[in-house]
Amino acid sequence: MSGKFVVGYDGSEAARRALDFAIEKASAQGGSVVIAHVLEWSPYSFLTPTELEERHKRRKEELDRAETALMAPVVKEVSGKGVEVDTAIRYGKIAEVLCDIARDTGASQLVIGREGESGLAARVFGSVAGALVQISPVPCTIVP
Amino acid sequence: MFRKISFAAAAAAGLGLLSSPAFAQSVDDTVNQIFASATGWFVSFIFSPFPGTSFPWIVAWLVVAATVFTLYFVFIQFRAFGHAISLVKGDYSDPNDAGEVSHFQALATALSGTVGLGNIAGVAVAVGIGGPGATFWMILAGLMGMASKFTECTLGVKYRNEYEDGTVSGGPMYYLTKGFAERGLPGGKILAVLFSIFCILGALGGGNMFQANQAHQQIAGIVGDYPGWITGLLFAVVVFAVIVGGIQSIAKVTEKVVPFMGVMYVLAALVIILANFDMIGWAFGQIFAGAFTGMGVAGGMVGALIQGFKRAAFSNEAGVGSAAIAHSAVRTKEPITEGFVSLLEPFIDTVVICTMTALVIIISGQLIVDADTGHYIATESGMLQTVDGNTGVSLTSAAFATAFSWFPFVLALAVILFAFSTMISWSYYGLKAWTYLFGEGKSKELAFKVIFCIFVVIGAAANLGPVIDFSDAAIFAMAVVNVLGLYFLMPIVKRELESYLSRLRSGEIRKFAKH
Repeated sequence: MSGKFVVGYDGSEAARRALDFAIEKASAQGGSVVIAHVLEWSPYSFLTPTELEERHKRRKEELDRAETALMAPVVKEVSGKGVEVDTAIRYGKIAEVLCDIARDTGASQLVIGREGESGLAARVFGSVAGALVQISPVPCTIVP
Repeated sequence: MFRKISFAAAAAAGLGLLSSPAFAQSVDDTVNQIFASATGWFVSFIFSPFPGTSFPWIVAWLVVAATVFTLYFVFIQFRAFGHAISLVKGDYSDPNDAGEVSHFQALATALSGTVGLGNIAGVAVAVGIGGPGATFWMILAGLMGMASKFTECTLGVKYRNEYEDGTVSGGPMYYLTKGFAERGLPGGKILAVLFSIFCILGALGGGNMFQANQAHQQIAGIVGDYPGWITGLLFAVVVFAVIVGGIQSIAKVTEKVVPFMGVMYVLAALVIILANFDMIGWAFGQIFAGAFTGMGVAGGMVGALIQGFKRAAFSNEAGVGSAAIAHSAVRTKEPITEGFVSLLEPFIDTVVICTMTALVIIISGQLIVDADTGHYIATESGMLQTVDGNTGVSLTSAAFATAFSWFPFVLALAVILFAFSTMISWSYYGLKAWTYLFGEGKSKELAFKVIFCIFVVIGAAANLGPVIDFSDAAIFAMAVVNVLGLYFLMPIVKRELESYLSRLRSGEIRKFAKH
């Protein structure tokens, strides 16, 4: 079976491990990988008038930065490994959006990294992993 | 949100001046005198009553406008209420637009500019002068005002300026110019300039000095009297840090705390109302009876009506045009959707929050009833007799304190935070008007921001009377220009509305599927 792997990627080491894992599996199966980056966002947050005015501009800047600083280098790095690589950058709640991407792309598996127990980022990631296993529409692998 | 506060507070402020050092006293006095003599004519023009009555023409202006819009759009505030809630929930938002300004965010920001002193102190004044009956007229004016908001906010989005870098600017000055030009009408530019001038004055007055003034009264009420310019200076520094220093984190904190405070206020009111469950029917009885008979208030039924209408207009700003500025940043292809969302604003502000305040004051028995007649007792000043003679904020405070003795402290904190968030909102509205008049540019914008901060100090230092009169007058002057423009532009809104509703019915516009 040639599967499509959606990998949650945020530039962290754990995410990198997850990506390497997915690349290895995909390569073995002749499958492909979608590197997905989700910018945490809630439409129910509170903004100041100035933030409202600049939101559209900031969003563009955030997307550009994610594309050039985060995605471009990693895509370049893994593109030589013989696996077809796609990217997705979206806004929303991380776990929910990863599931949406998995559904939209017809993925066969979701892969994310886990940070262990160090620091706040790990806690955030931990909760993403927790939420993801509960709601994922496809099998989900958490790479330690 | 703009509200005449208690005479008691004014007296306390007066005493404070006497006890403060001679220097501070002379600063405060001088500011006051210059201020009163410079603005008196403007204030008396705006608030002049119809000949032979005590009904200010400006209140009639707003109520007539709200009625016209309600009829013209065939009770849109009731027809579109459910759809408005769907929009706020994001049912119709394209998931690909995630990360853009949502309907909820535009509404929340606009609300934090209007929810404030009007809901706490303004209602107390309405009920304190107009009796419980004023509540009925206040709710009615709030319901009608929803149609005014709908009209102005739709236009605000439709005619906003979108710049190449992705930022947006909107508001009455833009729809007055572009909308009039589109319809081939003359005078749009003149109205836009007039609106901008009044908006700057309103921002400096009601959106700034009045807020600083009230925040000072609250702090002085807790820590004891001291000169107002000290509070003013402190506030000015914080406001400066936010609007000039760009320290959005301070504003962000306020933006988060203010809705929390608002919710807590409503919950506390609900607890008190539910705890007196058996009195709810009686309270509404008083409201209805008072609305049509006056029940002893000065001016009878008309007195109650004027107070109710006036406070609703002050509180929800429908027709003033300020909300159109805040709402115009939303990301939508359909300007009318923001109109729908904005009609929730007077509802939440006036019909829900203001009514809560009124019910708590009535139920907690703050108004003294004449045992013989069953009517309320009007004093010579026109205020009704209350327990301990409380008026304004202190009346609301006393009403809540009957259930929670610690509530006055929370209320004081809420007033200070509301004052601050209102200042931030209005500094933005004022800035938009300023840049419309003088053009955009770093140094021009800085000039306005510095002026704004100076007025914070003036507002906190000045005595109540002239500041409040001027604040109210400037805000209402905005409404004169804005509503006049809306009459000419409402056919455009009607066209948008009909087109949208037919596409909604045909299923062309539909909810985005949720997984």
